[in-house]
Amino acid sequence: MSDLTKSTADELSQKLAAGDTSSVEVTQAHIDRIAAVDGAIHAFLHVDAEGALATAADVDARRAKGEKLHALAGVPIAVKDIVATIGLPTTCGSKILDGWIPPYDATITQRIKAAGLPILGKTNMDEFAMGSSTEHSAYGPTFNPWDTTRSPGGSGGGSAAAVAAFEAPLAIGTDTGGSIRQPGALTGTVGVKPTYGGVSRYGLVALASSLDQAGPVTRSVLDAALLHELIGGHDPCDSTSIDEAVPAVVAAARKADVKGLKVGIITELGGDGFQPGVRARFDEAVALLTGAGAEVVEVSLPSLEHALAAYYLVMPSEASSNLARFDAMRYGVRVPPEGSDDPSAEQVMASSRDAGFGDEVKRRIILGTYALSSGYYDAYYGSAQKVRTLIASDFAAAFAKVDVLVSPTSPTTAFELGAKLDDPLSMYLQDVATIPANLVGIPGLSLPIGLADEDSLPVGLQFLAPQKADDRLYNAGAALERLLEEKWGGQLIAQAPELEVAR
Amino acid sequence: MTETLVPFDEAIERYDPVMGLEIHIELNTATKMFCGCPTEFGAEPNTQTCPVCLALPGALPVVNAKAVESAIRMGLALNCEIAEWCRFARKNYFYPDMPKNFQTSQYDEPIAFDGYVDVEVDGETYRIEIERAHMEEDTGKALHVGGSTGRIHGADYSLVDYNRAGIPLIEIVTRTIEVPADKAPAVARAYVSHVRDLIGGLGVSDVRMDQGSLRADVNLSLKPKGSDTLGTRSETKNVNSFRSVERAVRYEVSRHAGILDEGGKVLQETRHFQEDSGTTSSGREKSDADDYRYFPEPDLAPVSPSREWVEELRKTLPEPPAVRRARLQADWGFSDLDMRDTIGAGALDLIVATVEAGTTPQAAKKWWLGEMARRANETGTDLDTLGITPTQVAEIQALIDSGRINDKLARSVFDGVIAGEGTPEEVIAGRSLEVVSDDGALGAAVDRAIEGDPDAAQKIRDGNLGVAGALIGAVMKEMRGQADAGRVRELILEKLT
Repeated sequence: MSDLTKSTADELSQKLAAGDTSSVEVTQAHIDRIAAVDGAIHAFLHVDAEGALATAADVDARRAKGEKLHALAGVPIAVKDIVATIGLPTTCGSKILDGWIPPYDATITQRIKAAGLPILGKTNMDEFAMGSSTEHSAYGPTFNPWDTTRSPGGSGGGSAAAVAAFEAPLAIGTDTGGSIRQPGALTGTVGVKPTYGGVSRYGLVALASSLDQAGPVTRSVLDAALLHELIGGHDPCDSTSIDEAVPAVVAAARKADVKGLKVGIITELGGDGFQPGVRARFDEAVALLTGAGAEVVEVSLPSLEHALAAYYLVMPSEASSNLARFDAMRYGVRVPPEGSDDPSAEQVMASSRDAGFGDEVKRRIILGTYALSSGYYDAYYGSAQKVRTLIASDFAAAFAKVDVLVSPTSPTTAFELGAKLDDPLSMYLQDVATIPANLVGIPGLSLPIGLADEDSLPVGLQFLAPQKADDRLYNAGAALERLLEEKWGGQLIAQAPELEVAR
Repeated sequence: MTETLVPFDEAIERYDPVMGLEIHIELNTATKMFCGCPTEFGAEPNTQTCPVCLALPGALPVVNAKAVESAIRMGLALNCEIAEWCRFARKNYFYPDMPKNFQTSQYDEPIAFDGYVDVEVDGETYRIEIERAHMEEDTGKALHVGGSTGRIHGADYSLVDYNRAGIPLIEIVTRTIEVPADKAPAVARAYVSHVRDLIGGLGVSDVRMDQGSLRADVNLSLKPKGSDTLGTRSETKNVNSFRSVERAVRYEVSRHAGILDEGGKVLQETRHFQEDSGTTSSGREKSDADDYRYFPEPDLAPVSPSREWVEELRKTLPEPPAVRRARLQADWGFSDLDMRDTIGAGALDLIVATVEAGTTPQAAKKWWLGEMARRANETGTDLDTLGITPTQVAEIQALIDSGRINDKLARSVFDGVIAGEGTPEEVIAGRSLEVVSDDGALGAAVDRAIEGDPDAAQKIRDGNLGVAGALIGAVMKEMRGQADAGRVRELILEKLT
């Protein structure tokens, strides 16, 4: 494996700036790596070697001319297949969008292109981001690079696995209930869900509009900050976008100092259902923070016990409406109904949706349609919104006492593929620790904190901060990362087993 | 199914109509409600679309601030309260011309609410209460090709034009309207017409019923006289002229009465108004089970117009129509009857413009209510589409005042202008219409007239000046009406007395 693929984005950026390597070389190394290992990982749904190399060559030429470039110019990136990209398929892991090539770029895509990052391709995901294992992709599951019999988590399993398998130094994920952070925990990578509205949603195919947030997937906290700063910031095309400057996340990641930082451990997240090995690594990480001068207290957020229930009403409700546009009228697949020569428009819509959507998507559409229907609205959607308000006030009270909150990111390490597939409710529990942040719009960061004793698989710790205080996550995350890497003598990901390389 | 219709006058002896009117108004903003696409009417299909109004996956709406401003001004003109905070909602239903398969609309949080307008019918004023005026987007337009009716049944295929998708609309909903039964059709018409004038005055919409920028729905039910129980209502959709609003009310009263008299049940359904026959036909049966699954639109930030802005906008409102009419009547010195005729003929704004161009109100009224009304009536057009502008009428009146033409010649000038022969000056030149007041030419003609009618000449010499008219007429005839009649008279008297 080439050293170039082992480097972090920050390291690559420095090498490129110093002229030690070229973007074409870096990009080619990652394309080779994808060719070698992706057969075993299936992190990518579409690889665009040609496009990525063209961007790389262009960046190299501009650098040679002495143009002032973005810090990440020439560093390749993988993008979750839910982000619209001109000329590259965007399928959301669904058959209904099979072969659809958007005629427009998402704001994130525009910013990545403007900064000169070669886009390696589009990563696998649970269909329309519904799932916590990437097994709900219509194009087959992604395999966890730590153990290919296991899931990399979901829905952003493709992005996390691509970064963990050294196929890309950077990736874009989206997080509606934990789809950046939980795969991060399961693959030993860093994943950040920024404050809601901190990164534009324009061009992200919506799962649940009030919960969705795009963010970085990387192998280091500093890399995540660099990418966050690039994609974040106000976008007039997204009316929920925050009209303020991005917090100074890169500076915070470089500062990495927790002395005097007040850290709250969330009582409700870490008890029953949390794997012992996860709990043990978490306690050690907290001890490291204390050792570095952080002040650690336990904080209770009693309303959190209702978060999962509220989430599974709000998310499917919004999804049922957002997915209504997939009606086979203007794009996506059209499947004529069987046994009818002269079908009505409604029949064509119904048969196309039946053929195009997978079981999990149908399950949530039905759930959401029911929850919004008249007579049930108040009992379900309305109540769920009230729960959101309660959780928000719990968080406000907690943040009045502490600067950041911590919990394990996921209750378990990576589970066997297929293990939870027939039990949707147990799959839903995977996101119990990550969902509250989406419900109230606060930012969250997950970083690897070691391997569980029982299965030697990565464990993640989640930091949460108040709205718009994303910089606190990077400061605390980078500090903990430094302490851990001192202990490990390098990144945790270096301990991952070598993948079998295809010849 | 043949329907029993009870004549309107008979129906209202036993039943009282209860109405509700909904008016949809297309705003004339330069861009659509939630994206930057142009809103021009009549463009090539699907040329005014983008990822947002086509609802491509990932595209997000952003509220057009100009549309919100128009909605607030409209709300203020309808005497509504303006919400301090309101939201859009999604109205979920599937239809091939709906790009998102939900319509972004307002549901329980409209921008304007609790207003009223006062309309006048036969000298009586009726207050129509406005429940709400809310913002929403229009849908695309389906075109069914191949069938004989233009309807989907029998068509070979359908095409969808999304140019209209996302055009901003305001829907104005009244509270229940209960007026004396015999006045109901006229009140309904007057209300729609009044709202058209009001909105037209704001300049926020073209309010053209023929182009669909103003569409009215008539909800109607009957209540047996003396009863408090409301009947089942029908909803007649997209009635597209004032006259049709009146006819639709009359027809539905007759139809409902026919059903109720026979002990039948009125269906809750939408109905289509047939322009040619003045009848309505069944559309879609509408049940209470229609479930649009409304919920607040999570892709749009709430709208919270500041009180300062609302007050600023209030200052930009034009004078209310009733106040304006009273002021104009006083300024012009018109009688009540003159004013009613002027409004009835739809000539108010034309007279205003003609007066502004320098003509006296009396002269402006004379032309618009006389000559122009006659022409419009003959050709079946409206005054404002006759082909002559208030400025041109004013120019022609000025030519009369200066003596260059007379009233008779003016009619030829109108002919020419309407026929497209150019400006009044050009028509005068082209048709050689100028009045002749040159003594040489007139003198010769006067001499010939005296020669041709020695009897009349003698009578004038004898002091019977009333006979002069005969000689003047002869001169005018010879000069094809272009002689200056006053000067001719003077010349005749000079020569014979």
